[in-house]
Amino acid sequence: MIPTSWFLILGAILFSLGVLGVLTRRNGITIFMSIELMVNAVNLTFIAYARELGSLHGLMWVFFIMAVAAAEAAVGLAIFIALYRHRETIDVDEANLMHW
Amino acid sequence: MLDKLALIPLMPFLGFLLNGLFGRRLGKTFVSIVGVGTAFASAILGSYATWEYVHTFHDGERHVDVVYQWFLSGGVGTDIAFQLDPLSIVMLMVVTWVGSLIHLYSVGYMHEEDGYFRYFSYLNLFLAMMLILILGSSYLFAFVGWEGVGLCSYLLIGYYYQTDFAPAAGKKAFVVNRIGDFGFLLAMFLMFMAFGSVDFGAVEKGAIGVGPGALVTGICVLMFVGACGKSAQMPLYVWLPDAMAGPTPVSALIHAATMVTAGVYLVVRSNVLFRMSPTAMAIVAFIGALTALFAATIGVAQNDIKKVLAYSTVSQLGFMFIAAGVGAYVAAIFHLVTHAFFKACLFLGSGSVIHAMGGEQDIRKMGGLRKHIPVTHWTFAIATFAIAGFPLAAGFFSKDEILASALATPYFASLGKVVWAMGTVAALFTAFYMYRLYYLTFAGEFRGTHEQEHHLHESPKTMTIPLIVLASLSAVGGLIGIPHLLGHSLHIPHVLEHWLEPVLTKVAGLRDGAFAVAEQPEIIVMAGSTILALAGWWFAKSKYATRGTAADEAFHENMPGLASTWENKYWVDELYDAIVVKPLHGFSTICWKVFDAIIDGLLSLAAYFIAALGDIIRFFQTGNVRNYALMLFLGVVVFIWVYV
Repeated sequence: MIPTSWFLILGAILFSLGVLGVLTRRNGITIFMSIELMVNAVNLTFIAYARELGSLHGLMWVFFIMAVAAAEAAVGLAIFIALYRHRETIDVDEANLMHW
Repeated sequence: MLDKLALIPLMPFLGFLLNGLFGRRLGKTFVSIVGVGTAFASAILGSYATWEYVHTFHDGERHVDVVYQWFLSGGVGTDIAFQLDPLSIVMLMVVTWVGSLIHLYSVGYMHEEDGYFRYFSYLNLFLAMMLILILGSSYLFAFVGWEGVGLCSYLLIGYYYQTDFAPAAGKKAFVVNRIGDFGFLLAMFLMFMAFGSVDFGAVEKGAIGVGPGALVTGICVLMFVGACGKSAQMPLYVWLPDAMAGPTPVSALIHAATMVTAGVYLVVRSNVLFRMSPTAMAIVAFIGALTALFAATIGVAQNDIKKVLAYSTVSQLGFMFIAAGVGAYVAAIFHLVTHAFFKACLFLGSGSVIHAMGGEQDIRKMGGLRKHIPVTHWTFAIATFAIAGFPLAAGFFSKDEILASALATPYFASLGKVVWAMGTVAALFTAFYMYRLYYLTFAGEFRGTHEQEHHLHESPKTMTIPLIVLASLSAVGGLIGIPHLLGHSLHIPHVLEHWLEPVLTKVAGLRDGAFAVAEQPEIIVMAGSTILALAGWWFAKSKYATRGTAADEAFHENMPGLASTWENKYWVDELYDAIVVKPLHGFSTICWKVFDAIIDGLLSLAAYFIAALGDIIRFFQTGNVRNYALMLFLGVVVFIWVYV
């Protein structure tokens, strides 16, 4: 059986990649995908602990997170479509009206 | 009708609403019909109510028609209520009928004006407010009308708002009236405090209960301050001559016949209180006499036809206050009524003259108008005879009654004689300046331009009919008050005295509201004032009838000091300007320039600090999403570092 620590290490790596993506990428969709990566890294960690501890609590949280992530994806995509209609781009650096 | 007295003021108020809201769009014919129609409707309703009153109440009781309770707070309160009693009825008849005639006259006089609908809606509102003032059953409700007529006066004086002087004159009238109103308000506060009510009847009862003393004197004096403002008595008369900036029918209605007599009405209405306080009466009589004489002398040297009449009004109001002050309340109301007739006629006549002259108001440029505008001339002449106190005309009886009462007053013998002497001199001046005005305007050669002479024409029917009616009333109006001296032998009673008797409540321990004048002083006064009227007439005729303005020039040459003092109205306006207006203006400038700078400066400083702080903080507000994400990330890192 694969040790739990491997899952945790993989989760941490995926999460870090996600953070890196969010902070460095300028394309809105890419940032979005990076966020999904971070979310799923957390899901992986939950499942790993659930298996280790033989508890259903972790699994339940994963379902919650997946539902929320789906809603978030729908809203987020809608926002980017609206942004594209106005600006002909989804580069987040271009969407900077709210500043001084 | 007696339970629907509210309809009387509501009629013109309706006219005000209709004309004010729709008058501009619906045109002049509509405005004329509504404006004049509602005025006559209230006159007819008022007459009907009077008829019913006479048939219901035989002893002149006070009829009160409560519409609803206005407010009640801790036992102190007042109603919205209208009342009818002999005094209110006299005022009601004068205000509605003279008012309606002037409305009719305005149709002709104002026809060319753009603001026709505005004019008529204000005039209707004025009538409504005046009716509230004279029909209100408490000091407070009457005060509503009192303020309302003040507002309309302001609006109508400033009717020609494009000019410089008219709005300024309106403002002056409003501010000066405000000083008087302050006195009236204080008097009402005293009434509330002492009697817990401001109802006319309750105050009368309360005052009788308290008895003579400082309280009653205080109320009377404060009330008289209010009357001084509204009725243009010294020292608050300065607004009335300036008020001539308004259209001439307004001068006739508001500033001669009705509104300015409100102060006299108020004093007569409160006659029980005044009778308790000879001090207050002496003040009223003396101020009245002073004003009568003072304004009459100014009237001699004025050259604007309306200004002469304005000072004449101030002077005649002084006569009314002499009467009210010496306790001859019937004489005061009698003169109020006859004055309303002849002064309205004179003002409307002057309006007709101005109309014919194409807007010219300077009598030095008139003359010889007799043959050009005959109807105006005849009506003006009759009214002049009436005001000058020519025997048997309206003003003769009323003025004589006042002077005889002053001489015979039982309240203060020596002051009464002083007041009588001042009044007699004022009467002589009155006769002189009125005939001067008459001769300069209508007699001799025309002194205007050729163009003006060509333009001269008689006014339309809507203007001449009111003139004829008012002139007839000026001629025969004195019949309502034939003095006992003449009446006894001819078996004609003093109608007005009999009618007003119930208003002058008899109180034990107080002198009656009316007192008999012995035959001897009455004969002396009557003969004296006949001679005075004739002397004034003869003197004015010899100077002005044929030689135009030569006499005025001679006067200026021989007595330059007196002539310029009178022409410049004793420099009272300049005096007020120097001691009141200028210092106030200076103080306001200091407030504006100095205090304002300090207060505004502090605020600006605070705002500057906040703005500077904002400048620093807004550096973080980049608007870049990735910056925010980085901040969030760093925040989480710091959070975990610190807490985990």
